[in-house]
Amino acid sequence: MSETLILTKRWGQPNSAALAGYRADGGYAALDKALGMEPGAIVDEVKKSNLRGRGGAGFATGLKWTFLPKDVRPRYLTINADESEPGTFKDRYIIEHDPHQLIEGIAITCYALDIHLAYVYIRGEFPKQARVLEKAIEEARAAGILGAKLLGKKDFDLDIHVHRGAGAYICGEESALLESLEGKKGYPRLKPPFPAIVGLWGKPTIINNVETIANIPWILSNGGEAFAALGTGKTGGTRLFGVSGHVNRPGVYEKPAAYNLKKLIMEDCGGIPGGRKVKAVIPGGSSSPVLRGDEIDISLEVDAVKAAGSMSGSGGIIVFDDSTCLVRALARISKFYAEESCGQCTPCREGTSWMEGIIEKIEHGHGTAADVDKLEQIAGNIGGNTICALGDAASMPVQSFLKKFRDEFIRHVEERRCPYGDHGWGLEQSSRPAVVGAVRY
Amino acid sequence: MTNPAPVGAVEELPRDKVERFDRELSAIVKRYPPDRKVAAMLPALRLGQEIFGYCSPAVQQLAADRLGASPTRAEEVATFYVMFHTHPLGRHLVEVCTNVSCCLTGAERIFEHLKQKLGVKNGGTTPDGRFTLREVECLGSCGTAPAMLIDENEMHERLDIKRVEQILEGLK
Repeated sequence: MSETLILTKRWGQPNSAALAGYRADGGYAALDKALGMEPGAIVDEVKKSNLRGRGGAGFATGLKWTFLPKDVRPRYLTINADESEPGTFKDRYIIEHDPHQLIEGIAITCYALDIHLAYVYIRGEFPKQARVLEKAIEEARAAGILGAKLLGKKDFDLDIHVHRGAGAYICGEESALLESLEGKKGYPRLKPPFPAIVGLWGKPTIINNVETIANIPWILSNGGEAFAALGTGKTGGTRLFGVSGHVNRPGVYEKPAAYNLKKLIMEDCGGIPGGRKVKAVIPGGSSSPVLRGDEIDISLEVDAVKAAGSMSGSGGIIVFDDSTCLVRALARISKFYAEESCGQCTPCREGTSWMEGIIEKIEHGHGTAADVDKLEQIAGNIGGNTICALGDAASMPVQSFLKKFRDEFIRHVEERRCPYGDHGWGLEQSSRPAVVGAVRY
Repeated sequence: MTNPAPVGAVEELPRDKVERFDRELSAIVKRYPPDRKVAAMLPALRLGQEIFGYCSPAVQQLAADRLGASPTRAEEVATFYVMFHTHPLGRHLVEVCTNVSCCLTGAERIFEHLKQKLGVKNGGTTPDGRFTLREVECLGSCGTAPAMLIDENEMHERLDIKRVEQILEGLK
């Protein structure tokens, strides 16, 4: 049986980013179908599909949509294209190769939810993708798909704008994203109220990830049940998994939501360079708890990864071979969260830097056994004590690396040096050709 | 004798450039509801940076003035985001990602090599003003790592030291 491809089907085909290319492959037929349906029936179809948010939290999309208060207008839709979690690199390719699929998804969503203004918040470091998307929106506007009438036939005005970020991981957090979209620094808001109730400019706002919304046209065309059937349990559809680090064929793989992690790494990605062994895998972006090499024979389905003690998060999978120093890797991860802490909450602002400092100290052979304990204590005091999830995102790697690889930290302390010397990032540090959907990079 | 213009005054910016700024900004603010003009603060600062070279206090003042915001708001935004530069840079900004996936494929060596070759520390500018070198966080190129962003515009991926040298060679 050939695998169903929803998101990567057109990638690499000539003209895939252009309106003509998208239309030639049946593009905007789903919007046409949607316009003949009751808005409520569209929401029901999405509920039936078991589509879950692909930005990291895995929240049921249809359910999120029902949180909008009935009588408050205007409502807004914001697409989160801030893709900044280390190890995550999928949404950029949806935009690069198939922007109209996203635009069609936005149009259907807006029609279903009576929204007339949508913003795509794209990270500042994606200038090319912002240009591709702006061009595609312009094309759709010129063709009368957007504007005063949807698809040139339905009296429903819709406009979509691209809003570029300017370099801040925190703006991927949905309430910080809204602050940034309002022209402020990205300080997360206290929740509740959630954005669906009080969002952009104080109005009800739905925030969905790029990949999430890119699935909407397929769900409309093929039905929610068909989408649900591609996955298992409470997660429907296929998913984009981005695999990076020590694998022979890194890249973005579209697989059923419950695909096996080990199979993905050892078969699809061609295993580990030099025939080395897997030492550790981060399964869902750098904040997700690390798995040992012997713990990866699991389904990638959201709840299955949770049951294995981690998170499938954003689908960003980072593979470390057995020549990698995990203290060094954790030091770098912790540096990231210290760098990106917005500074609003004390536990995160102070704690992330303390953790980075202590891990660096251990990595350089100046740590003590007490430092290892202190690290655990600090991590435990950040998680759950901050306004947004960045605090948890910073603590989870520290706690899991210590739990799974404590002996490696102790070895650094006892030997008063990094046992891996200059090769902390592994013996196989070189770039390899990537497979991105059907495209070779 | 009249007092000198205060630091950061809009008046000290070249007039023709201010006109270009106003022209381009008027198209940008149309993306936001008419009573929410201040939402354009990020694009306005980006535009100002592009036209005037960097986000000087005068540029911040200009953006605040045109959007009806306080100068403090502009400064707050200009100093929060890493892609706004409140000090002048070299002609080319070289940003190397050293996050996990890039380091697993050799980014640390590339960054160390660049520091030595250009004779600068992280964030430093070469004496001839040609390059500013900076270590940055994840650029979203993990599968095609290591990655480097030039002038916040051109992404280069699947790098090694030889390729990085070629790219820098092409930047005058």
